[in-house]
Amino acid sequence: MAKYLAKRIFYLILTLFIVITVTFFLMKLLPGTPLTNQAKLSKSQIHLIYEQYGLNKPVWQQYLLYLAGAVKGDFGTSFQFSDQPVSYLISSRIEPSLQIGLQAMIIGVILGVIIGAFGAMKQNTWVDTTTTVVSILGISIPSFVLAVLLQYYLGLKAGWFPIAEWGGFIYTVLPTLALGAQPLAESARFVRTEMVDVLSSDYIELAKAKGLSKTGVIYHHALRNSLIPLITIVGPLAVNIMTGSMVVENIFSIPGIGEQFVKSVLTNDYPTIMGLTIVYSFMLCVVLLITDILYGIVDPRIRLTGKAN
Amino acid sequence: MDNEKDILEVRNLQVNFKTYAGDVKAIRNVSFDLRKGETLAIVGESGSGKSVTTRTIMGLNARNADITSGTIMYKGEDLLKKSEKEMEGIRGQDIAEIFQDPMTSLDPTMKIGRQIAEPLMVHKGMKKEKALAQALEMMKLVGITDAENRINDYPHQFSGGMRQRIVIAIALINYPEILIADEPTTALDVTIQAQILNLMKELQDKISTSIIFITHDLGVVAGMADRVAVMYAGKIVEYGTVDEIFYNPKHPYTWGLLSSMPTLDTGGDELPSIPGTPPDLLDPPTGDAFAARNAYALKIDTEQEPPFFKVSDTHYAATWLLHPDAPKVTPPDQIVARQKKYAEMQKDLVKQQRPSIPVEEEEEQQ
Repeated sequence: MAKYLAKRIFYLILTLFIVITVTFFLMKLLPGTPLTNQAKLSKSQIHLIYEQYGLNKPVWQQYLLYLAGAVKGDFGTSFQFSDQPVSYLISSRIEPSLQIGLQAMIIGVILGVIIGAFGAMKQNTWVDTTTTVVSILGISIPSFVLAVLLQYYLGLKAGWFPIAEWGGFIYTVLPTLALGAQPLAESARFVRTEMVDVLSSDYIELAKAKGLSKTGVIYHHALRNSLIPLITIVGPLAVNIMTGSMVVENIFSIPGIGEQFVKSVLTNDYPTIMGLTIVYSFMLCVVLLITDILYGIVDPRIRLTGKAN
Repeated sequence: MDNEKDILEVRNLQVNFKTYAGDVKAIRNVSFDLRKGETLAIVGESGSGKSVTTRTIMGLNARNADITSGTIMYKGEDLLKKSEKEMEGIRGQDIAEIFQDPMTSLDPTMKIGRQIAEPLMVHKGMKKEKALAQALEMMKLVGITDAENRINDYPHQFSGGMRQRIVIAIALINYPEILIADEPTTALDVTIQAQILNLMKELQDKISTSIIFITHDLGVVAGMADRVAVMYAGKIVEYGTVDEIFYNPKHPYTWGLLSSMPTLDTGGDELPSIPGTPPDLLDPPTGDAFAARNAYALKIDTEQEPPFFKVSDTHYAATWLLHPDAPKVTPPDQIVARQKKYAEMQKDLVKQQRPSIPVEEEEEQQ
């Protein structure tokens, strides 16, 4: 297990290195400059500013300098908010994003599993049809459309939730719903398909022949076996939530990294773009690592350290 | 009938499956008895209704199954009238089943000890530790070596033969009155087959259970069964003791089955087979369903269904050939040879007779 983890962490670092490299050069291809009022500045002023931020060096030198800094934990200072180190900027803003993302993920997947399992148990009835319709809607409506709809109807019209503020749990409800719809729909659809498959398998027949009740069969045998493949889509779902959060955080004015990311791209804030890209890829790598470890825990067939016979 | 030695009495069972194309008449008026301690083999080709019969007994038919008539009497009660809850109490407790494919019939994510112990926990309300202790005993009984260390293993860590032993352990853990074995050796290779069959026989003596043995393999039947029922197109066409079916078969379908089974004496290039395919049970033919594939078919076979004719007290066959007015026909050579052997066996019936269960008077069924 330790050996496996070490290997995975090595791969994680390698992945981050590749992501940094690719992003750095792609970012330099972005049109525009970090300067907001370029037209009003003289050539020498621009030169001075570039000098100050090291932007007049060749791109490969900038890249090497960035790498050298990143290894030491220095991700530079933001262009938009002068004097603010990128690491501080991110750490002060990551909490709302994590909270909403995790809430959306957990609530979405749990509800999705329940809905999907019900659909499978009541296969080809109105319950099943309803769950299918719900999941198709959930998959096809983008989170930002849902966000605006929720904001308008539940926030503005009904007045149940704050529209676009940040303060406490009540402020997280609408963004969580908007972001959670997709994981809910995806996992409901996935679990339904898996469960229908599992319910027609031989070991379920044997479980029934043992005299287990319907709920006993589902709870002890069907659920675990249909949930295992769900782990594979947790990674993609996490990506879904991360990208969704960039727009949704803007809609609800949440001071998170998603909102920050969009702003930094719009203003060519190179250090912030780089810092946030690293954070996002790191989170995704960790999610994938966790799902792989989880796989081994729930499915004995692919456990890493098997007893030798 | 209503023999007190009978543990299970199936009468006039009819099962249809509702499909978009219409009703598939899978079981068409099947009646048989299972006696205490005996092994009854139900033989027939795929689609003859063997498995549907046992599924109906277990109450595990697919949702589109429609039991249109019949009774299944067990301990004086009709299983077909029982609620789902009552059937849950019977399954795995009074009637247990062994399935065909051991590779897929165990839950891949549950330790096998727990899987064996589960029926005890469900039916006897046993605590997990106590149930696991009994499961361990059962694992030893079915011949799983090093049971103490393997009780926490998962199914994928066992071979096919070992898995089938585990499935048997699950079925027998509650010492059921009736064990239904639905082609339990079909998915295993021949040497393992023999081991599993021996194990089943051995355990049958130990825990005195009655077995319904479903198979299409007549070779297996000879060594296992006390009595044999031959099924064709959703009906039983002939039944009798294992010797009667093997050495004095009367139904042309049984002749076909026996002739297509290779023996050591089988010579020539080609193994005989029964021509044609079974009839479409969406719309079963009038008369004898086997008539179209039967070289010995009479005119009446296409018009009227044959009743059971009595051959002996224990042996009945549903073929018009047994009618007193029917023309005499000579069965295939191989069958004639078998019948000769049977006649010899009857002559020196001293110790040739297998220790079969004494059979009471039984009237003709229809």
